Amino acid sequence: MAAKKFVVGCFGDEAVLFPAVKKVRAAGYKIHDVYTPFPVHGLDHAMGLRETSLHTAGFVYGITGTTTALSFMSWVFTSDWPLNIGGKPHFPLPAFIPITFELTVLFSAVGMVMTFCYLCQLMPFVKKHIFHPRQTDDKFVMVIEVTNKSNAGEIKDFLASVGAAEINEQIAEPGWWYGRFDREDRLYAEQPAPLNV
Amino acid sequence: MKDQFVVPAKLKTTSFVLMGIGVLTLLIGLVALGGEHGATRFWAGILQNSTFFLLVALASAFFIGATTLAHGGWQIGFRRVPEAISMAVPVLGGILFIVLMILVFGEKDHIYHWVNAEHVKHDRILSGKSAFLSKGFFTTATVITIGLWIFFTMKLRNMSLEEDTWDLSPETGRRILWRNSVWCGGFIVVYALSVGSTTPWLWLMSIDAHWFSTMYSWYTFASTWVSGLSLIALFVIYLKRNGYLSYVNEEHLHDLGKFMFAFSIFWTYLWFSQYMLIWYANMPEETEYFKPRVWGAWRPVFFLNLIINFILPLLLLMKRDTKRNYTAVTYIAILIIFGHWLDFFQMVMPGSVQELNFPWYEFGLGLGFVGLLIFIVANQLAKAPLAPRNHPYLKESIVHHT
Repeated sequence: MAAKKFVVGCFGDEAVLFPAVKKVRAAGYKIHDVYTPFPVHGLDHAMGLRETSLHTAGFVYGITGTTTALSFMSWVFTSDWPLNIGGKPHFPLPAFIPITFELTVLFSAVGMVMTFCYLCQLMPFVKKHIFHPRQTDDKFVMVIEVTNKSNAGEIKDFLASVGAAEINEQIAEPGWWYGRFDREDRLYAEQPAPLNV
Repeated sequence: MKDQFVVPAKLKTTSFVLMGIGVLTLLIGLVALGGEHGATRFWAGILQNSTFFLLVALASAFFIGATTLAHGGWQIGFRRVPEAISMAVPVLGGILFIVLMILVFGEKDHIYHWVNAEHVKHDRILSGKSAFLSKGFFTTATVITIGLWIFFTMKLRNMSLEEDTWDLSPETGRRILWRNSVWCGGFIVVYALSVGSTTPWLWLMSIDAHWFSTMYSWYTFASTWVSGLSLIALFVIYLKRNGYLSYVNEEHLHDLGKFMFAFSIFWTYLWFSQYMLIWYANMPEETEYFKPRVWGAWRPVFFLNLIINFILPLLLLMKRDTKRNYTAVTYIAILIIFGHWLDFFQMVMPGSVQELNFPWYEFGLGLGFVGLLIFIVANQLAKAPLAPRNHPYLKESIVHHT
């Protein structure tokens, strides 16, 4: 994926962030993402994100697990290798239930974790551009993509007017990539402003 | 904001009509169910319904206790609803106590075979259990449990009403939290030792006196707890539909729906655990309980029970949209309550009445109890404002977001 140009606004308080998100959306700018140090209730609605379909995926993985467990055990114990276990029938459904349950849980859990990682673009050894080093600490970071309908200067002024404390411009790769941060300097056209600590 | 509930005439009429049906069924039953066998069915129906509805009403007190101890804030907005339902415990407890005393001290052993001294003498198993299954122990345990339940439900309700008269201050808030936690802690211990342990063994499991299962009380608890949650949801929806509880919305309903969903699965977990261990071990003294239910006349009821209480809630309540839909939750809540009523039906009847009858009598009595419950809860709701206005978590409940 090609690198894109972003305007990054940094907020100190979620009470400022919320109206700012609404105003930025109303003004028609394209919000790339908002990074917060903790889950902010209602932010997804304010940003206009659609409902996740992760649970549907979970259901599909779950019934896949149920079917796998039941069909495999039925096949093994009735036709492939029937065993006499304590005089029980060859198709002892109650004895299959715990394993079926476990496999349903296993499939849906593992499947949902992997789907979640894919949707959020998270994976071991995979790198993503960090717009502000304090976005996981105590800052709320709103990232606006500069499209061909908007220009960076205008967005910067707008962000300042809605209360962003620290505003800068970055050119970054929006997707994920394999590699090391120190080798990927070419992705950064402008480094984030130094922290005032 | 409508904060003071006024009982509508229509609801009052409904409750009286249902209670009338109950009394009429009782009278018809008295006449129609004649003879030794009929008397057994007569008493089994009363026992099934009075136990079920008492434990369902008590589940509301458990809801208050559990959410208070967990420092939950989301339920405060409708806390007066479980409080009002729990106020049915003194009445229903009284009814059940009278029924149990008649069954234990009556002339005939209609339901409990262990009350017949002559019978116990020739029965090695029952004489071995006679310390537990004796009239003295049964009565003492019943008096203590029902007494403690009445004490704690009244206490929790009175505390909540008293707090409305206090002044709003941080000091008040701390005091409310502290004393509610202390009393709810006490109640949870009592509840765990009664509903979670001994009480269902005495009242219901001793119908099949030779048989025993340590899962039985948990199973009964799960059954009544999920029905209790459904009942809370029904009253919340009723109030909401009539313009009350304006600060309760889909978010609260969603959480109640999640509880109904989760505890339907929990019930199934216990249903299966009890069944599977007995099926696996395959010992005659244990399988005798399941023989009439799974391989006898009760087979359709046994599997209908599983469909209504597990498969339907699982599939229907799985979707987020269903849990946030007032109409859908109403129908599913009624379905769950009926399902667990049926569960109690198949717990009580095969050991006492034995053959499967069309349950016109039991269902009619059940409607009577529903009417009584509606009558009590409506009157209790009308007694106090619907918001516990001094509770420190009220705001948390109003802004609750799932």
